[in-house]
Amino acid sequence: MSPLADVAESEILPAARPAPRLRGILLPFVLFAILALTPAVARFGGEGYVLSLILRVMILGIAAMSLDLVLGYGALVSFGHAAFLGIGAYAVGILMRHGIDDALIQLAAALAASALFALATGAISLRTKGVYFIMITLAFGQMLYFLATSLAPYGGDDGMTLPRKSLVLGTRILGEGYTFYYVVLACLIGTYVLCRAVVASRFGRVLRGTRENPVRMQAIGYNPFAFQLAAYVIAGMLCGLSGVLLANQTEFVSPAFMTWQRSGELIVMVLLGGIGTLHGALVGAAAFVLLEEGLSRITELWKMIFGPMLVLVVLFARGGILGLFRNFRRG
Amino acid sequence: MAEPLLRLDRLAKAYGALVVTDDVTLDVMPGELHAIIGPNGAGKTTLIHQISGLAAPDRGHILFDGEDITRLPMHERARLGLARSFQITSILPGFSALENVALAVQARSGSSFRFLGDAARESALNEPALGFLDLVGLRDRAHLPAGLLSHGEKRQLELGLALATEPKLLLLDEPLAGTGHEESERVVQTLKRLKGRYAVVLVEHDMEAVFTLADRITVLVYGRVIATGTPESVRANPEVRSAYLGEEAA
Repeated sequence: MSPLADVAESEILPAARPAPRLRGILLPFVLFAILALTPAVARFGGEGYVLSLILRVMILGIAAMSLDLVLGYGALVSFGHAAFLGIGAYAVGILMRHGIDDALIQLAAALAASALFALATGAISLRTKGVYFIMITLAFGQMLYFLATSLAPYGGDDGMTLPRKSLVLGTRILGEGYTFYYVVLACLIGTYVLCRAVVASRFGRVLRGTRENPVRMQAIGYNPFAFQLAAYVIAGMLCGLSGVLLANQTEFVSPAFMTWQRSGELIVMVLLGGIGTLHGALVGAAAFVLLEEGLSRITELWKMIFGPMLVLVVLFARGGILGLFRNFRRG
Repeated sequence: MAEPLLRLDRLAKAYGALVVTDDVTLDVMPGELHAIIGPNGAGKTTLIHQISGLAAPDRGHILFDGEDITRLPMHERARLGLARSFQITSILPGFSALENVALAVQARSGSSFRFLGDAARESALNEPALGFLDLVGLRDRAHLPAGLLSHGEKRQLELGLALATEPKLLLLDEPLAGTGHEESERVVQTLKRLKGRYAVVLVEHDMEAVFTLADRITVLVYGRVIATGTPESVRANPEVRSAYLGEEAA
């Protein structure tokens, strides 16, 4: 059957339409359910290790998902996204150094700083296209990285160890039991729901339109720049949130959070999971973290194995891991 | 006498030594279908680009609805009521035909900085969009991805996109290019239906269509206007006959 006939049929039959919507939320739902049940399962062995690994997956998943918003839906290849991880983490570290321990204040500061940095650097970067955009976002990311290494009062190159996790209304609740785990999961689900809503909204539709054909969008009266900048700011803030969580997980903050390699890893996660799908970014983050963990146990040169795997995915599975799933289901 | 909707005032543009627009002065009246013809390389598309804002003129002015829009970016011109089609079809291939048009409706209906609510389910956008699809004969294609439409259908969709922005002036750059006989007949019929409701600047090579549709014709050769007038006067103009219609009229 030709692809045309295939689409025409499924679109004309009204009964066939709700199905894709349901299928669209099924996989994310399953993913979140697995994450919610993990602590219960992990009790039976290696709890600390498993949970810290999954926490890392979820936190980097938020960062990768926020990148997917601009990369997958706006076709903006930002190569400096890890800067926002750093901003979030340093907001926690710097405020804590000055005795401000409250998570909500730290979060507010992290979001505000991320938004400002995104607004300023985005307003400049978005005046360029393609490779130039990649280079200029990389440059801004590196700028922030070197700024962090020069912050001697806050640990400079070495970073700084936090005395404890952030406090919530003066309590140490984040450090107790599974609280932190479920806070991170809630942030992940919140990020997903928010991104999903934004993508489907009027705003998101214009953003997707600028990805498809920016000149056409201008010809019907949209200024792509304004929409791309807004998306860049939203993505930056969400990644800032992820940075706050990362600092709290590791109880450590360092310039290494925002190296350009980390920005590259976030792009890899998005591609690996399936670009422009949001939950694909989470799948990609999981694949990346677990492969890194598994392969590095086999050999120190784990990237020698990981590299070719990535090449294969990019060559033969354009839709990433989610794309493989879809093809498999279609037979 | 009514004010012209669009006035080009001694517009000039050159790419290096190549003059593509040479002191072009031209009026388009409200409701008028104004065709621009000329041999290949006469600078017709570049002229459309300058009117729509895709290219900047070196000198001269563009007045639209009494306002100087010479330096206005493309999207702001679109908001003033200037819509265009492209010589090479320009649509959103990954969107359904309906969503293409709904996006154009959305540009005219409230703010697009709304971050919640499913835009694809807004009937305030979808219903007018379906109406425009109907107008260009694509209603039964509404849910098909635009990239899968036939070439002629894509051209119709592009016209629907332009109409959905509720323009005062339509700039159509070779809407018949590459269409088969039947398809081009359909486009001509659509244009006939639109005539009088919108002012239209039509760039087209199909002389039969031009002489059937146009109220006035401007002939461009090497970026310069060599004649403007009714189809009869242009057909009779000896300079036009030698420069352009030459073989056909002989």
